[in-house]
Amino acid sequence: MWNYEKRLEFPVNIKEPNAKLAQAIISQFGGPDGELAASMRYLSQRYSMPYKEVAGVLTDIGTEELAHLEMVGAIVYQLTRNLSMEEIERSGFDKYYVDHTIGIWPQAAGGIPFNACEFQCKGDIITDLFEDMAAEQKARSTYDNILRLVSDCPDVREPIKFLREREIVHFQRFGEALRITTEKLNSKNYYAFNPGFDRCDNCNN
Amino acid sequence: MNNKEQLLRNIGVVGFTMVDLALYLDTHPTDRKALEYYDHYVRIKRKLNAEFAQKYYPLTLSDVNCDNSWTWGEAPLPWEGGCD
Repeated sequence: MWNYEKRLEFPVNIKEPNAKLAQAIISQFGGPDGELAASMRYLSQRYSMPYKEVAGVLTDIGTEELAHLEMVGAIVYQLTRNLSMEEIERSGFDKYYVDHTIGIWPQAAGGIPFNACEFQCKGDIITDLFEDMAAEQKARSTYDNILRLVSDCPDVREPIKFLREREIVHFQRFGEALRITTEKLNSKNYYAFNPGFDRCDNCNN
Repeated sequence: MNNKEQLLRNIGVVGFTMVDLALYLDTHPTDRKALEYYDHYVRIKRKLNAEFAQKYYPLTLSDVNCDNSWTWGEAPLPWEGGCD
């Protein structure tokens, strides 16, 4: 179960709306390497994790990703507040506006809707942890791309920098989860046995 | 920054410290120094949340005070920015 704390993990206070930027940043809400995919990936993968330390890492990072989803939603929301019809048309935001007005809906920057195929839950600890580490790096690259677009907007830059740093910390923690896992497996062949599925009493695992 | 903003900021700093330490402790469960840090900050966090609820509004359902009316809905929405 979850408890909600009524505050953002890191403050978001954007004074000037900017519909063009909002259309890029929304990718971290519902895009391929966004926070929704991140949270659902980790929270879904927990059930088939054979080691409770690793399931614990997935729970805590998956939970923090929900807080990041809320922050990215706040950034997009504040960037699209008080827009004039002229700004909506001029910025190209009209295509989003026609379907969602200024509601926050999970999609990629290119308009592709959120889809569970953006993440995997393979039910194999080695496969899933490598996916998780790759996901953190993909999200870090996306935040790097966003930072190049917001060089003159400090209000947007600060929370994006925070989110980027968290990707690096999560990558580190997943790397440690992978180390904990490989210590428990047969060092000659990590892939010979899926500890979450195979039941082999004689295996040296 | 007024008192309310300062208190909310402190809650954010201590809350973040706990999030980051918890992730570290998930993979380093016997690090004595990290355990001491966590214990230290969790106490401060409880105190700050109680103080904030008493002075302004509850941040979590566990901080709600039921003396007069239901105060859970009084808080400003986090995505509105600022803290008023």
